[in-house]
Amino acid sequence: MSITGEVVAAVLLLAVLAFAVIRPAGLPEAVVAVPAAVIVVASGGIGLDEAVAESSQLLPVVGFLAAVLVLSELCARDGLFEWAGQFMARRSHGEPHRLLVLVFAVAATTTAVLSLDATVVLLTPVVFATAARVGVRPRPHVYACTHLANAGSLLLPVSNLTNLLAMTALGIGFAQFGLVMALPWLVVLVVEYLAFRWYFAGDLSVGSGAGEADGDAVPLPVFSASVLALTLVGFVAASFVHVEVAWVAAAGALVLAVRALRQRRITPAEVGTAINLPFLAFVISLGIVVRAVVDNGLADAMTHVVPSGDSLVALLAWAGIAAVLANVVNNLPAVLILLPLAVGGGVGPALAVLIGVNVGPNLTYVGSLATLLWRRIVHAHDHEAPLGEFTWLGLLSTPLAIVAAVLALWASLSLFGGAL
Amino acid sequence: MKVLVWVAEATWPACVDAVNELFADAEVTLLVALPGDLAARASGARSGLWGRGSGRDPSALMGELATEAGAALLAAATARLGRPAATELREGRVEREVSAAAAEADLLVLARDGDLSRLGPHSLDKHTRFVVDHAPCRVLLVWPGRAPALASIPPPPPR
Repeated sequence: MSITGEVVAAVLLLAVLAFAVIRPAGLPEAVVAVPAAVIVVASGGIGLDEAVAESSQLLPVVGFLAAVLVLSELCARDGLFEWAGQFMARRSHGEPHRLLVLVFAVAATTTAVLSLDATVVLLTPVVFATAARVGVRPRPHVYACTHLANAGSLLLPVSNLTNLLAMTALGIGFAQFGLVMALPWLVVLVVEYLAFRWYFAGDLSVGSGAGEADGDAVPLPVFSASVLALTLVGFVAASFVHVEVAWVAAAGALVLAVRALRQRRITPAEVGTAINLPFLAFVISLGIVVRAVVDNGLADAMTHVVPSGDSLVALLAWAGIAAVLANVVNNLPAVLILLPLAVGGGVGPALAVLIGVNVGPNLTYVGSLATLLWRRIVHAHDHEAPLGEFTWLGLLSTPLAIVAAVLALWASLSLFGGAL
Repeated sequence: MKVLVWVAEATWPACVDAVNELFADAEVTLLVALPGDLAARASGARSGLWGRGSGRDPSALMGELATEAGAALLAAATARLGRPAATELREGRVEREVSAAAAEADLLVLARDGDLSRLGPHSLDKHTRFVVDHAPCRVLLVWPGRAPALASIPPPPPR
């Protein structure tokens, strides 16, 4: 631990984060993060052994992430999301309230099983098209997708990269994580749903009553759906026999990838793009730089700020701190900074941090103030979401959802805490 | 007479029917106004993911889908009208776009779209309320479906 080391590491961290937000010329975040990690190690900000230990701890996490990204991409190419769109259109009968319930169910499930990335990138356009097909206003449904990508990501380790990091840091199993987080996840969904019903009451009041005209029916892609279901079962099974869940995810992704490659529905290069190696390198590098910042003084400084113990008040404080930090930078650095401190307090504080970093980003519609400010500078003359449109909805639902989720977590821990 | 029909999701058939019933000889323009913020919203959520899913930006796809949906809506409205009509597709803030388009017309036809269960001010949602309040021409405001009974007005407050 040294002052110089801390200053160097902190400056590098700021550079890495600034680059990740701005991404000049669309360059990957790794362009600055990897050299920054090398400098931190070379300058003695973190020992080589510690850097290797940090990387090897993060390796299964990024492996898992890569496999899930491939899984969701291949499910999308097989038409799983089009099928979901058709399912929602048919069941809604042209009723906006029914459609909203269906969108909540599908978006929360997609986020939980295939991660928030799939909901944002793959499901949102499908939901938009579905609303148009049904003949109702798309706004509440599109907003529900973007909100549930964050708020619906509490259930499983696979739902959010932050959860994967926490599961690894805590050393708890996939099934146990899901068991404890099920109640907070459901509570957040209920709070969000009520907020949406109130906020979008006008948009939800007029239904076409038409439902969907019988067009070309999209069949359920049985193979992809079955592989996905088996992979999920595998996650649960793996957590009881102590197999790294990344292997299960990799097996599922491999089965779908081989089939898609043989059917020429994807090229090897596109599989490579889906794996997204630069981002994986970024996560590991960011982990090393953050570790140096934490070990060289931030941990000591933060001990005066962060709560101790795992009482309800402490959990609320952890979630609040995490939500604020996630809103200032982004949830990924926030969770990397807070987890090492929270894990010391046990499972409760670490899971409360997850509630803060997962649900918190809904306060701004881009996940953090840094990104928001940057986007407003860049897109000053472009079409942008009106500020009031997301701020009020976020201000309404996010704090309520966080507090309710922490209460649910507290209850859940007293019920199932023994299983961990 | 130039009649502008605001073709809004779900409520537009009532507007088209009203034009056919009341202004069978009028020169009709059908207008769809697409909200500009939805694609921006999706693109914002995408940027929160940083480099993940970098191959795709959902907002580009949503822009295309919106234009397709608008065109389909205009086609359906033209078919229901049953005679040639001009069509217009605008994008931006819906209430402002409709108000601006109405400046060219003699009459704007639009539908109530709020709480349709009773007579009253809540039967106009905020965008429709804006357009009614700011329309630079005459306005025909129709009920989608049957209007609620007069009894749905609350009794007057006691003196």
